[in-house]
Amino acid sequence: MDTHEHIVRSYEEELSALNNKIAKMGGLAEQVLGQSIDALEGRDPDLAAATIQQDEAIDELEKEIEEQAIVMIARRQPLAYDLRQIMAALRISTDLERIGDLGKNIAKRALAVVGEQQPKQLMLGLKHMGELALGQLKEVLDAYIERDADRALKVWYRDEDIDAMYNSLFRELLTYMMEDPRNIGLCTHLLFGAKNIERIGDHATNIAETVYFLVHGNTITDQRPKSDTTSSTPVPLRSAG
Amino acid sequence: MSLAIQTELKEKAATPAEGLVDKVTVRHLNFYYGQYRALADINVNLYLNKVTAFIGPSGCGKSTLLRIINRIYDLYPNQRADGEVLLDGTNVLSPKQDLNLLRAKVGMVFQKPTPFPMTIYDNIAFGVRLYEQLPKADLDARVEDSLRRGALWDEVKDKLDASGLSLSGGQQQRLCIARTVAIRPEVILLDEPCSALDPISTAKIEELIDVLKRDYTIAIVTHNMQQAARTSDYTAFMYLGELVEFDNTTQIFTNPRMERTQDYITGRFG
Repeated sequence: MDTHEHIVRSYEEELSALNNKIAKMGGLAEQVLGQSIDALEGRDPDLAAATIQQDEAIDELEKEIEEQAIVMIARRQPLAYDLRQIMAALRISTDLERIGDLGKNIAKRALAVVGEQQPKQLMLGLKHMGELALGQLKEVLDAYIERDADRALKVWYRDEDIDAMYNSLFRELLTYMMEDPRNIGLCTHLLFGAKNIERIGDHATNIAETVYFLVHGNTITDQRPKSDTTSSTPVPLRSAG
Repeated sequence: MSLAIQTELKEKAATPAEGLVDKVTVRHLNFYYGQYRALADINVNLYLNKVTAFIGPSGCGKSTLLRIINRIYDLYPNQRADGEVLLDGTNVLSPKQDLNLLRAKVGMVFQKPTPFPMTIYDNIAFGVRLYEQLPKADLDARVEDSLRRGALWDEVKDKLDASGLSLSGGQQQRLCIARTVAIRPEVILLDEPCSALDPISTAKIEELIDVLKRDYTIAIVTHNMQQAARTSDYTAFMYLGELVEFDNTTQIFTNPRMERTQDYITGRFG
């Protein structure tokens, strides 16, 4: 969106600062997600521990953004695009904070399974899903910086891919657990890890909706493609013997 | 701005939406101070029992437009209007229009409070006496009713004989509003009514506008964006004598169509 600058320069600077904080928070969230997937796949406890620490910086930024947004609303009484920018910053910071928490949780799972034998096929599936989610996050944050609603809309539609991967991982993990009960511990952690990645994908979609609203001033009217069927996937019982 | 959007906005200004009734309809209005054209092809509606705000930078023509609706400009030489201003379908710009009757139907309140140098009672009664022959009891009742409608009665009921000039600025302005409603107008024009007032007086008048619109059609010119957003149902943004955008207030202040409107309301005008 191409707009002229505010006559009062400090207003312009405040909006810039808000924008930059979101960009910084986004960068940190990308880092936490990327590192937690690496830690899980690479069975790297040190990386996992460092990643868990990094979530603090994300939480701190969320607080700063919220405080600044509230002060700006009180002082500037923003209208139209300015109001949407401030609301968008508030909403996106909430989504990024959740992404940070989910990434931290994945790193914790990495710590939990570090000693276990990890089936290659499953780990590859998880890594691929993580990379998809990371790609979505990067893309939607670029869309925010560029104020590009079309780019955001593409992210919004692509969430289906992550859901599809999650569905198949879910089934694979169930199968693994049924084949050998000794796998249950590992697979449960991996299942939570996969669920967290799927949730990160959803948050990226939320951010996409916010970017669209920021640019156009109204919400996406399409039905969001949802294809996570795991909540209704039955667990087939095996007869004894 | 594309021609298609321009045309659509002009048509939107000209066609009342569902459930709305035109009280004042301005069509192809041009206004001249001597040779200088101050208003160019203005098309806008004031809807019945709604508040319409006019915003825009200084010199954009919003006060000029207001002064055409009750033909106050007629008091000054070298000023002329062409086009149509329909009040309930009748063109008030017509030379056959009775100006006194028009100004009884269309009242005006100015930025600087203008109480008459008379008692509070007479401030209200003066206008009524010009148009009606009321017995004392009825006149008393009319004065009280007007002061109540002006949210002033409780403050002045025990001193109706005091001079109108003895009131505070905010009270004087409410006196002017009470004076306006005393002659039972249908339209009230407010030209920056709160610019000279403190925040509390301003709030009282904004509350008053909210109540008055149930019975009157109101137009308000204001420099205060937030006031326009708070008090009005519809907003017209004007610039250099043209109507740039006209829409319901929520739309104008959350997601205006025209970039110039957005630039103005967000303080990006350069």
